[in-house]
Amino acid sequence: MSSIEGGGDDGGHKKGPGVKKAKKMSTRVDMTPMVDLGFLLITFFIFTTTMAQPTAMNLFMPKDVDKPEDQNKVKESGAFTILLGKQDIVYFYEGLDPATEGNFRTATFKTIRDEIIRKKQSTKVDDLVIIIKPSEDATYKNTVDILDEMTISEIKRYAMVDISPVEYQLVKITEGAAGIK
Amino acid sequence: MPSVKIKKHAPDNDMTPFVDVAFLILSFFMLATKFKPEEPIEVTTPNSVSSAVLPEKDAFMVSIDKGGRVFVSVDNPQFRQVLIDNLNKTRNLGLTPAEMKNFINAPSVGVPFSQLKSLLSLDPELETTKNVVKQQPGIPCADSTGGELYFWVRDALVAYSGRKLNLLIKSDNDTKYPVFKNVLNAFKKNDQNKFLLVTSPEDAPPGTSLYETREKQINKK
Repeated sequence: MSSIEGGGDDGGHKKGPGVKKAKKMSTRVDMTPMVDLGFLLITFFIFTTTMAQPTAMNLFMPKDVDKPEDQNKVKESGAFTILLGKQDIVYFYEGLDPATEGNFRTATFKTIRDEIIRKKQSTKVDDLVIIIKPSEDATYKNTVDILDEMTISEIKRYAMVDISPVEYQLVKITEGAAGIK
Repeated sequence: MPSVKIKKHAPDNDMTPFVDVAFLILSFFMLATKFKPEEPIEVTTPNSVSSAVLPEKDAFMVSIDKGGRVFVSVDNPQFRQVLIDNLNKTRNLGLTPAEMKNFINAPSVGVPFSQLKSLLSLDPELETTKNVVKQQPGIPCADSTGGELYFWVRDALVAYSGRKLNLLIKSDNDTKYPVFKNVLNAFKKNDQNKFLLVTSPEDAPPGTSLYETREKQINKK
């Protein structure tokens, strides 16, 4: 127990004879219940506290345009399309045609960053556009992760659009060949 | 007789510093804690490197859980009132004032309009209500026009007319992309193209260009 006051029996002043000693009350207080309560509260607050404040990630979506001539054209040399498939696997191709031999490749979220950096370094800054196409099998985490890769590699121009049937077919075939269910 | 005083050691040691530290920690946690209102759904948000702080005011939040159920919540009770008033009129819900009051106090809502009246007529204090609240089917938004979520967004925008409304989307890691797309669609149909995705913070990976940019900013300071 903690001692609040030492209470010296070897104190300075001497009592004269005949002076009755006042009965000493113990100055010690049992702190155990207080400490118990204190720790109970600590545990309670530790469990209820949320330490990491959530952050917000900005997402700007393009306005839907009806007329095809209003749409921005992407240069063949600067286009880089990323498709999100099942089981955290991503597919990508450069240019506008996914069906060209050897163009449609598979990557993971770990390796896609190198591909993005490689493309960024080999393309003129103004030409580079990354097109993100999540398939129906992609999860929300995949989507956020790939948007995050854009921030990490500091890609200025990117867009998130719907996957086309041709591309989805390609993803399906590649998944089938790799045995991903 | 010479008295040799043997100093008596207390069998109990001094707890004061221990208690001091304990209470210091206690006060820290008390001040650092912010209580979250109980949400009917559990959402684990993904991590992102973005460092923007989540706005707490004027927020219209759409939450999507693992199974793809969509929930809506508005932070400001005043605007909740306007929102439910509007919805009541435009969607002919036939809500009583008591039911609207329940909406104002409810954390988030995820039922089709057809079930909204029966949900809000329940007494929020009852234990059975809490089960019903947890088992809400979600707001339908699966068609190309954004479903019923479209009307929620529209009336929220009306309620906030003239003020900036922060559109937050909080979704679970395992939510499938199509659901997220449907939610975006409901916003897009209302000409809203700017969103804030709720994420947990994460550091930029070393060696990347973002990491270098941030290092430079820190060094400048």
